[in-house]
Amino acid sequence: MRVTIQPMPGIPLEVPVGEERSTVLEALTRRGVSRRRFLQFCSAMAAALALPSAYGPRIARALESSPRPILLWLEFQDCAGNTESMLRSSHPDVAEVVLETLSWEYHETIMAGAGHQAEAVIERVRREHKGEYIVIVEGAIPTAEGGIYCTIGGKTALQIAREVCSDAALVIAAGACAWDGGFVASGPTGAVGIGQAVSGLNLVNLGGCPMNSANAAAVLVHYLTFGEAPPLDAYRRPLFAYGHLIHDQCERRAHFDAGRYVEAWGDAGHRKGWCLYKMGCKGPEATFNCPSVRWNDGTSWPVQAGHGCIGCASPQFWTQMSPFYERLPNVKLIGLDLDAQTIGLGAVAAVAGAATVHAVGMGIKKRRARAAAVAGEEPPPAVEPQPDAPPEAPES
Amino acid sequence: MAKVIIDPVTRIEGHLRIEAIVEGGEVREAFSSGTMFRGMELILQGRDPREAWLWAQRICGVCTTVHALASVRAVEDALGIEIPPNARLIRSIIAGAQHIQDHVIHFYHLHALDWVDVAKALEADPAATARLAGSISDWPTGSTGNFKQVKDRVATLVASGQLSLFASGYWGHPAYQLPAEANLLAVAHYLEALEWQRDVIRIHAVLGGKNPHPQTYLVGGMASAVDPASPEVINLERVGFLRERVQTMRAFVEQVYVPDLKAIAGFYPEWFALGAGHRNYLSYGDAPTGSIHDTGSYAFPRGIILGGDLRTVHPFDQAKVTESIARSYYDYSGGKEEVRHPWNGETKPNYTGPTPPFEELTTDAEYSWLKAPRYDGKVMEVGPLARVLVAYASGSARIRSLVDGTLAELGLPATALFSTLGRVAARALETVYLLDLMDGWLDELTANMGSGDLRVHDGTRWDPSTWPAEAEGWGHHEAPRGSLGHWVRIKDRKIANYQAVVPSTWNAGPRDLQGQTGPYEAALVGTPVADPERPLEILRTIHSFDPCLACAVHVIDATGRERSRVQVR
Repeated sequence: MRVTIQPMPGIPLEVPVGEERSTVLEALTRRGVSRRRFLQFCSAMAAALALPSAYGPRIARALESSPRPILLWLEFQDCAGNTESMLRSSHPDVAEVVLETLSWEYHETIMAGAGHQAEAVIERVRREHKGEYIVIVEGAIPTAEGGIYCTIGGKTALQIAREVCSDAALVIAAGACAWDGGFVASGPTGAVGIGQAVSGLNLVNLGGCPMNSANAAAVLVHYLTFGEAPPLDAYRRPLFAYGHLIHDQCERRAHFDAGRYVEAWGDAGHRKGWCLYKMGCKGPEATFNCPSVRWNDGTSWPVQAGHGCIGCASPQFWTQMSPFYERLPNVKLIGLDLDAQTIGLGAVAAVAGAATVHAVGMGIKKRRARAAAVAGEEPPPAVEPQPDAPPEAPES
Repeated sequence: MAKVIIDPVTRIEGHLRIEAIVEGGEVREAFSSGTMFRGMELILQGRDPREAWLWAQRICGVCTTVHALASVRAVEDALGIEIPPNARLIRSIIAGAQHIQDHVIHFYHLHALDWVDVAKALEADPAATARLAGSISDWPTGSTGNFKQVKDRVATLVASGQLSLFASGYWGHPAYQLPAEANLLAVAHYLEALEWQRDVIRIHAVLGGKNPHPQTYLVGGMASAVDPASPEVINLERVGFLRERVQTMRAFVEQVYVPDLKAIAGFYPEWFALGAGHRNYLSYGDAPTGSIHDTGSYAFPRGIILGGDLRTVHPFDQAKVTESIARSYYDYSGGKEEVRHPWNGETKPNYTGPTPPFEELTTDAEYSWLKAPRYDGKVMEVGPLARVLVAYASGSARIRSLVDGTLAELGLPATALFSTLGRVAARALETVYLLDLMDGWLDELTANMGSGDLRVHDGTRWDPSTWPAEAEGWGHHEAPRGSLGHWVRIKDRKIANYQAVVPSTWNAGPRDLQGQTGPYEAALVGTPVADPERPLEILRTIHSFDPCLACAVHVIDATGRERSRVQVR
């Protein structure tokens, strides 16, 4: 179906709607991205998702045929750090494929329109694309005193979150505050994450302060390819990004195993890139793919730059990981892999909790309109680790 | 008479609402309201002051790094720590990169669409656009073919019916005055700047591990180790990487940003006469060349300009800073009439606004989550314009030549700086100034490495057992958006009290007890509004300040339960 709209004054246009909306590949072609580069991106995304390389072409097929999805980015009690992370995406290809091929219709920090013209965008998307659009939430949601601690256009964040997220096909919580309230949860405003503010969502939590935009891209690609979120842990975080200890992926790990530690800032060991464990690094207890994905075009990450990990992708990290300069207890120092394994299991247990949620059930329920576009694509099995029962807690 | 309400004000950080009374085609009265509060006043208490910067940095992800710097400076001031030269240089390079990147993003991605009509770019002739580009700069992408490609991209975006972030702009508004070709030029550079900012901020990744929220500050210095003999840390190869990024910055700023600013400003001369406000300007000063306590060594001088009088720079005394809550959603122990110095600040939220969902604020009573900071009872504007004016009036030769040269090119008097476009121009000029400083800092770091000075941290006060039972200090920084101060009190090796007073609180704050308007509110008076349904002109002046509301609402604050004293050196 085609309808005539007037997107800009004086420029009437006949445009396709519904099934004829342009696909991701069409949008890319318009942007001058070659098919070869597109396929490279799909392979990179398969690698990021820890899928076998054979999934690269399947991702490509799905993206070629899926309609350009609509994205609303909502900001509540936020610092825009996740927005900035997205704008400074660590993979330019991600930026081109995801940022410019989504129909990114609402995002206060960068959208052209303001005031009621901006709010009208949300109303239109809710009306015309109910159950189809994707929402990214940034920032916590205050629930105390009727939600008066954050209003936009005279409405509370809580009201907006309920109205907009309830009709979304997929909701992504970007960063610590949107996930579990972050440090805002320690304040007096009753701040919670989106999953606590609105129940029953098809939700993916991307912890981190900020989140790493490469992971957001991989989640979106997985969703567009398979019609559901990638396998999740008990916190609804994707296992591909949050399933492995920092410590196990760390480039300084060999120094830990060999007993070579930084003892004082700027000492000879610090200048040689030795292990930061004694300076308070939380890598042995924190899970995230920070060391492999890195930041800003894969340039670096905090431990490479010389400072310990603060565990910013861990649950309630502000209270659970601070004090940041005190060494972790219960880590035996002279390089024993056995100890690290024990720690690893303990951390996974903490992450996984008593139950492991697999996305398939939820995903099938929530497929809605998206399913038609990706018929025939079956999601891959979950990547490890996927503990079904919590291992024993680490010795305390 | 019409009431114009803009909520949300977009293309800023955070949640800002403007209500303006428009009469006879211009703003008679305006109200600036912050509509979000996080209230973190208690969470820093009892924590290790060495990690305060990690928390404070999370005040804002757009102004990332600036609160980290102010925070470590506050704790170092309290504990009497002097950081090694390499730490000062690394901090300066991080801050400079933040400043330069932030200003370019502001111009293209947050502010340009107030002046540039994306729809009108479709009418541009690519060859004529290339001629226009060639007349203002020799930037290599200014070819007919490139502009044709950009125009085609805009056209296909429009044709797709999915306009993404451009869907709801005020396109076709009569206040847009650029010729079609200038619009196309600006749209092309909007896209280029997106790529540019991703690359240059890798300076933060090298020195800080990541951006946003670099993670290598330490009380006492930096955790970015320096050693020309080590492949693992900052060595000459990595300094070379930084140098390349600074060259990339310089090329874009000198050949794209500044020429575009001048070209666009040339079509809007009336905006050099609008949007001044109170004409009081404050700069704490920054970019020390030695100790932070040697304020005379700052590359950005400290001082105050009153009433637009550039003949006198008044000294700054932080004891004269107070905050009023007369029109804010807070209480003070002494009542709404009280004003409090930051040392003695209180943050007791008490929302008295309308019950959501609401249509209008109660602007005759309290109407904002921002407090109203005042200096000696006076309203102050902070930010790039304040810094440039204080430096100009202080006789900084480089700033004088940049300012005078630009004014001469545009055929404007010095008083034109007190305006909406004056703010925009000052932002660009200080970016040029900073590029020179960046080169100098990299040279100095290289020289230190060559001479064997590899110190990045003073660890004599790292161990809390070396600290006095009680200590107090303040740290300041000239952040991209203006003067930033953090105050800390340490007792028994823990944070007893912490407070931040932030640039956008100065600029976006509401009225005070005397009814004095805040800088945004004053600057909007007299702003023409051609179409109250599409108040483009109001956005121009508001965006010229580069608002950051996450910073502006007191997120980390004193509880004020007991009076604290801060030592100021």
